[in-house]
Amino acid sequence: MATRETCALVTGGSRGIGAAIARALAADGWPVAVNFRSGEAAAPAVVDEIVAAGGTAVPVAGDVSAPGAAEQLLAEAERQLAPIGALVNNAGVNADGLALQLEDDDWNRVIETNLSAAFRLTRQAVRGMIRRRHGRVVNIASVVGTTLTNPGQANYAASKAGLVAMTKAIAVEVARRGVTVNAVAPGFIATEMTAELTTGTLEAVPARRAGRPEEVAASVRFLASDEAAYITGATLVVDGGLSA
Amino acid sequence: MATTVTAEQVETVVADALAELGPDRELIKRDATFEELDVDSLDLAELSQVVEEKFGVRLKGDDIASIKTVGQAVDLIVSKAG
Ligand SMILES: NC(=O)c1ccc[n+]([C@@H]2O[C@H](COP(=O)([O-])OP(=O)(O)OC[C@H]3O[C@@H](n4cnc5c(N)ncnc54)[C@H](OP(=O)(O)O)[C@@H]3O)[C@@H](O)[C@H]2O)c1
Repeated sequence: MATRETCALVTGGSRGIGAAIARALAADGWPVAVNFRSGEAAAPAVVDEIVAAGGTAVPVAGDVSAPGAAEQLLAEAERQLAPIGALVNNAGVNADGLALQLEDDDWNRVIETNLSAAFRLTRQAVRGMIRRRHGRVVNIASVVGTTLTNPGQANYAASKAGLVAMTKAIAVEVARRGVTVNAVAPGFIATEMTAELTTGTLEAVPARRAGRPEEVAASVRFLASDEAAYITGATLVVDGGLSA
Repeated sequence: MATTVTAEQVETVVADALAELGPDRELIKRDATFEELDVDSLDLAELSQVVEEKFGVRLKGDDIASIKTVGQAVDLIVSKAG
């Protein structure tokens, strides 16, 4: 396993896609800071699994949407591991409902967590990256809001569309410093977030199955690697052909 | 800031930081424009990080947009640190 001088921070790494991303990056030699909000048991389990497999990982608690969280989480990861070389903005929530019925709180919470927190973390992480002339930011967007849309997700779609636009905007600002900023847009992935989706939904997917978190994580691992140095501002769609 | 920052201190820090970003040291003079030095907005954002660390002075996007020469940058930082 290659040793690295920088570490990766994965937000919302206690379960689902984030946990798979943490494992994949660790398998690629990244020391990984696994952020979680409420998964006090789940995050250490992900960390233990990585360590048992010969990798390096630490849990870093904190709600990404809290004031000052960006500075605090990145500082904590740097204190325990190394300077931040890769940031994966994966923490995300949904609060679905028809626009007519969405409360301000449902709108704000989703935008805060999925978009504003990702901006603040990226702004802070990129400071060190541009000075080291190397860095990777991967934002977990969605096909929702980028290639297709569902009723009942105005807040979620707006947050993910915003995340893709932010990805491109920051990518062009920092490209000449060896820092890449990309997005991954998953389709239906089997996690708790999609647990309530019926099998009927999957009929729309050309691959006729839900994706696995590991299949999203593999793209993140690639975008975080040195091989992906010339890919920036891109959105990699991982959806079994759903938006093709 | 408790201690006063001198123009000389700021000039040294700014010149060192700019030299790291590419331009030849001899070209970094008070009246040199950032355009001549090929120092762009991202370089200035990086310079402002160094300035913030050394002098506790925060340069905003507007500040950066308004300065065109090395001397203007130094003067702005000195005035903000005062
Ligand atoms: N599953 C899909 O089909 C799908 C499709 C497209 C995009 N995505 C995106 O992929 C990402 C991961 O989704 P998932 O399906 O893995 O979701 P999940 O199973 O619900 O897991 C969400 C993760 O985010 C964390 N989290 C939520 N809010 C947080 C906050 N404020 N601060 C810190 N951590 C927070 C959760 O931590 P706690 O458990 O500690 O709260 C959890 O680890 C999200 O951005 C989601 O929008 C998912």
